[in-house]
Amino acid sequence: MERKTKVLAEDGKPDILITREFDLPVELLFKAYTEPGLLEQWMGTKVLKLDNKPLGAYAFETSDGQGNILFKAHGAIHDMVANQKIVRTFEMENAGFDVQLEFLQFEQLTPDTSKLTIQTIFRSEAHRAKQLKMPFAYGINMAHDRLQEIIHASGANKQ
Amino acid sequence: MDLRRDVFQAIADPTRRAILTLLAAHAMTPGAIAANFDSTRQTISKHIQILTECELLKQEQNGREIYYHFNPKKMKEIADFLEPFRNMWDDRFNKLEAVMKQYKSKK
Repeated sequence: MERKTKVLAEDGKPDILITREFDLPVELLFKAYTEPGLLEQWMGTKVLKLDNKPLGAYAFETSDGQGNILFKAHGAIHDMVANQKIVRTFEMENAGFDVQLEFLQFEQLTPDTSKLTIQTIFRSEAHRAKQLKMPFAYGINMAHDRLQEIIHASGANKQ
Repeated sequence: MDLRRDVFQAIADPTRRAILTLLAAHAMTPGAIAANFDSTRQTISKHIQILTECELLKQEQNGREIYYHFNPKKMKEIADFLEPFRNMWDDRFNKLEAVMKQYKSKK
């Protein structure tokens, strides 16, 4: 499998660079970020607010099947130019990560393909490390849960 | 069920972590590795296979014996935490692409 998404986090820097090329026209890529109904589908979160304009704001919320809130994030939109860029802040609520600054750059490669570059700047390298470790911790938990399920399932089969 | 051969799933298992610890010291044959555990040789061989598939271990033929080496390069990748982070974004962007392709065809 070709690895399409690239992540660069250089030592000694408080930022992360994420790049990805899409098999989509740049207009559709931009729309995926600005149309609440579409954003909800691919991010898997509920869009409470999305005010797409300079000095606008946004808020996302994800809950589980029981209605418990798992994730809540919000930010201010500093700048937005259609099909070109979004500059915004991002902060996860009650996570202790502090606010981060995101530069999203949208580029047309061909009429049917496009590229997204996201530069995220953290308060410090330590804040960056905390954010980078999140999916790792999540992955380990998922793996443990999966193992538990397998163990329980095989135990049940024996009875 | 076909478990994805993911390095993080590989190291989530305590036996596999123990195997990695053993091999970090020096290369060993499957028999020598298995001798350190109470599990059957077949079980240990399955663990070795998983670790090899996700490149945490490397094989080396030495005469009639196969020796397993620990691959520090792959471990470094884990230490950096970058791979799961990248995977998360890759999944997310794959979804974005799929959602937008569907949206495009509906128009």
